[in-house]
Amino acid sequence: MQKATFLALIRLADDHLILGHRLSEWCGHAPMLEEDLAMPNIALDLIGQARALYSYAGEIEAAGRDEDALAFGRIEREYQNLLICELENGDFAQTMLRQFYFASFMLLLWEQAQSSSNTTVAAIAAKAVKEAKYHRRHCGEWVIRLGDGTDESASRMQAACTVLEPYLAEFFHVDDVVLEMSENSILPDPLSLRAAWLADICEVLEVAKIAPPDLSHAHKGGRKGRHTEAMGHLLAKLQYMQRSFPNMKW
Amino acid sequence: MINTQEIQLWEVFIRPRNGLAHRHCGSLHAADAEMALQAARDVYTRRGEGLSIWVIPSAQIVASDPQDRDQMFDPADDKIYRHPSFYEIPDDVGHM
Repeated sequence: MQKATFLALIRLADDHLILGHRLSEWCGHAPMLEEDLAMPNIALDLIGQARALYSYAGEIEAAGRDEDALAFGRIEREYQNLLICELENGDFAQTMLRQFYFASFMLLLWEQAQSSSNTTVAAIAAKAVKEAKYHRRHCGEWVIRLGDGTDESASRMQAACTVLEPYLAEFFHVDDVVLEMSENSILPDPLSLRAAWLADICEVLEVAKIAPPDLSHAHKGGRKGRHTEAMGHLLAKLQYMQRSFPNMKW
Repeated sequence: MINTQEIQLWEVFIRPRNGLAHRHCGSLHAADAEMALQAARDVYTRRGEGLSIWVIPSAQIVASDPQDRDQMFDPADDKIYRHPSFYEIPDDVGHM
């Protein structure tokens, strides 16, 4: 039970750290100043959520690893984030669409997790649910404006939808860890969120005049530590400081 | 990617606490009202500065002309009797 809880927390933490890191790459490069603040705001929310999850995972593991050790001190195969989180940003449309998919999914998951039988998980969820709600709103509005915008923005949003499509079904990956979490009411089974998530994203995509994605084909492997080519490059940057100066403090 | 020439300017007003008035705090570019509200939240309330936001298209604000300063504001300079400084205000009245 402790082992499954540890793994479930690590997976969520990895999703948030890796996606937060990707989003932070936009800092200083956004198409307008307002968005140059909005995107790092969201990235910092995600990394904050990752910190809470890593810290608690470290407590549960009770092997002396703190949040930094877990975030920066593991090898690639030990990261269990969804593949969609590690993909390169692409253009602004692809970044916003990925962020919207993720926020919509996490909002549903955190809402359920607020009534977790584990009080720490419930507390993390209660804080995160407010942040996810805003991420979903902000990114959803961009999806609509780009999808139903100019010819160029619409074609970019449609292209983003095609690129991300094969990575969506992994959200609903089920294995022993997931089942143990849902049987003990610690975290919801993601498969139980699938219908609500599809309804949510299809509603926004319809307004955006973007054809809904086909979830029948899926790249998988993130939850088992098998990553895309992009992951090694990402970790090289993410881990650089701790690898060069182990246990450094700011 | 975005042609900022076509994105309009908005004025942002933040109300820091209940009971206080909204105060002008700056401006930003946004394509429409919803995005302006979100941009205002992201640019001006990151450190907990606000409980409420107003955004107003800058073009909708009617402003006095700086060249009219003489006729608009100078006549008020010597009307000292308009200040309530000649009255005793009872303590019970409190802040006026």
